[in-house]
Amino acid sequence: MTDPIIHMENIKKHFGNVIALNGVTFDVTPGECHCLLGDNGAGKSTFIKTMSGVHKPTAGSINFEGKPLSFNSPRDAMEAGIATVFQDLAMIPLMSVTRNFFMGREPTKGRGVLKRFDLDTANEICVEEMRKMGINLRGPDQAVGTLSGGERQTVAIARAVYFGAKVLILDEPTSALGVRQTSNVLSTIARVREQGVGVVFISHNVRHAMAVGDRFTVLNRGQTLGTAVKGKITASELQDMMAGGQELAQLEGSLGGTV
Amino acid sequence: MATDASVVKDERIKAESFVARLMKRPELGAIGGVILVTVFFMITADSAMFTLSGIMNFMTPAAQLGILGIAAAMLMIGGEFDLSIGSMVAFAGMIFGVLTVNAGLPLIAAIPLTLAFAASIGAANGMIVIRTGLPSFIVTLASLFILRGVSLVGLKLFTDGSTQLRGVRDAVEGDFLTPVFSGEAFGFVFRALAEMGLVDTFKSGLPKVPGIPVEIIWFILIALLATYVLLRTSAGNWIFATGGDSNAAQNSGVPVRRVKISLFMVTAMAAALVAIITVIDAGSTDARRGFMKEFEAIITAVIGGCLLTGGYGSAIGAFFGAIIFGMVTIGLTYTDFDQDWFQVFLGGMLLIAVVFNNVIRKRVTGER
Repeated sequence: MTDPIIHMENIKKHFGNVIALNGVTFDVTPGECHCLLGDNGAGKSTFIKTMSGVHKPTAGSINFEGKPLSFNSPRDAMEAGIATVFQDLAMIPLMSVTRNFFMGREPTKGRGVLKRFDLDTANEICVEEMRKMGINLRGPDQAVGTLSGGERQTVAIARAVYFGAKVLILDEPTSALGVRQTSNVLSTIARVREQGVGVVFISHNVRHAMAVGDRFTVLNRGQTLGTAVKGKITASELQDMMAGGQELAQLEGSLGGTV
Repeated sequence: MATDASVVKDERIKAESFVARLMKRPELGAIGGVILVTVFFMITADSAMFTLSGIMNFMTPAAQLGILGIAAAMLMIGGEFDLSIGSMVAFAGMIFGVLTVNAGLPLIAAIPLTLAFAASIGAANGMIVIRTGLPSFIVTLASLFILRGVSLVGLKLFTDGSTQLRGVRDAVEGDFLTPVFSGEAFGFVFRALAEMGLVDTFKSGLPKVPGIPVEIIWFILIALLATYVLLRTSAGNWIFATGGDSNAAQNSGVPVRRVKISLFMVTAMAAALVAIITVIDAGSTDARRGFMKEFEAIITAVIGGCLLTGGYGSAIGAFFGAIIFGMVTIGLTYTDFDQDWFQVFLGGMLLIAVVFNNVIRKRVTGER
């Protein structure tokens, strides 16, 4: 197996007297999709915020490309190559796809007072990157608001990859999507993975995770319950681990295995 | 079902007509308004309105308001308001008057100083809005009264009790910068045209319109510059992003605070520029200068297609919004209507513009 891009060992995070994370170990290798599963309140959000530099861990170590590292800000993490696509996607509906794609990182031409936003290049890159992800834009000036939820997610992912993400953290990318859009996003994730980016896929939907994941780590009450490799674990086993394995088996029986 | 809709929509989108695309331009409403108002006055007003001198007549107030309106539009696109623009005109007018008359400074020093004074107050407005997180509406409402009051008190202080400061014209007479900020430009063109008999002339042979008032030149240049900045620079992208969703913009690396503070400074400086032009023109300044201009500037921006919620609008729209304003204010004097219909018209126009903009926004974002 290749060396992990990022390896987080025994991460603990306390907020005052609340223990949000109590020993989480997690790593991602290039071209892998590592799913982080957990029910609401399991500590998924706290963990990815630690990974993307928003929080500093109370204890534990982070190794990035083999070197110990600590992020002081989200910007540090971004510069190192850790891109996070949060649920709000950081997209502005009224602005065009291109303007969103390059928001804050506009390509420029000219110099001095004549330095300007190189829209032609930006449009070209944007259309091309979106095509690579399987979306044919009507035009680069199409407003993001007219895109579907899945397409917006794809724009956000394409943007992160274009700007050199080595690790791409996706925070519940499929939680608010319909069936077809979900499969589009999942195939986008597969494409990104082929480019050698390590994907961290956060979800509480085991079926979505099983569709693209190579490894699965289950988080429960701020602790990792273990990591399983694809093919060595079934969906219902993962489901049980997420829920702490108690009443869900019972519930599932009464609901006919639909949970 | 949402998923099916996206497939169906793709087919519909390809058929989008030129008209439909035009509908999505923010300035469309204002351009339509200009056409409507022109037709209205063509029918109702005296034909003198659309002669060269008539056009200069309504373009001059349009230009003075438009300079404010374009700045207000940029600030509004950036997601904030400035209600203190009108008072800022009075305040900057006072500063300018004091610097030229009382301190006797030449324009080359007085103008940058006036702009700097205004910009620092604009920056203070922006800083307060950002630090406190309060709506700019309320913060600048406070500045509206503070600046108006300071202008009153200040003028009395510098003139020994009068609220008018006279003598500006004498003070700036002969200054090499005066022609840039007052009077008419391109006089030689008009004189040449008069000699060729292409424009109306007085009996003496001089053209009836001696040139283009400089504020109109400023107005056009500022509209072009603002459009260029908004559409073709990184800063423009940041302004739209900041107004659209400042949180998303911040997370994407846009310097949201710097953008907002700069916009407040630009707005204040636009007010100072209008103050300088109108004070030189009038030869004096008083505490009522710029009264109600804050509302007119915001109306101009809204007629020009700016959304009150920010993130959408255009400088060209505000440009045409200001022209509508000028045409209606001056145009009514060319008709048999009572001039005071102006305010009714203004309110109606604003209402239509807001409703129209709302529809446009829904179209652009595909909101249902």
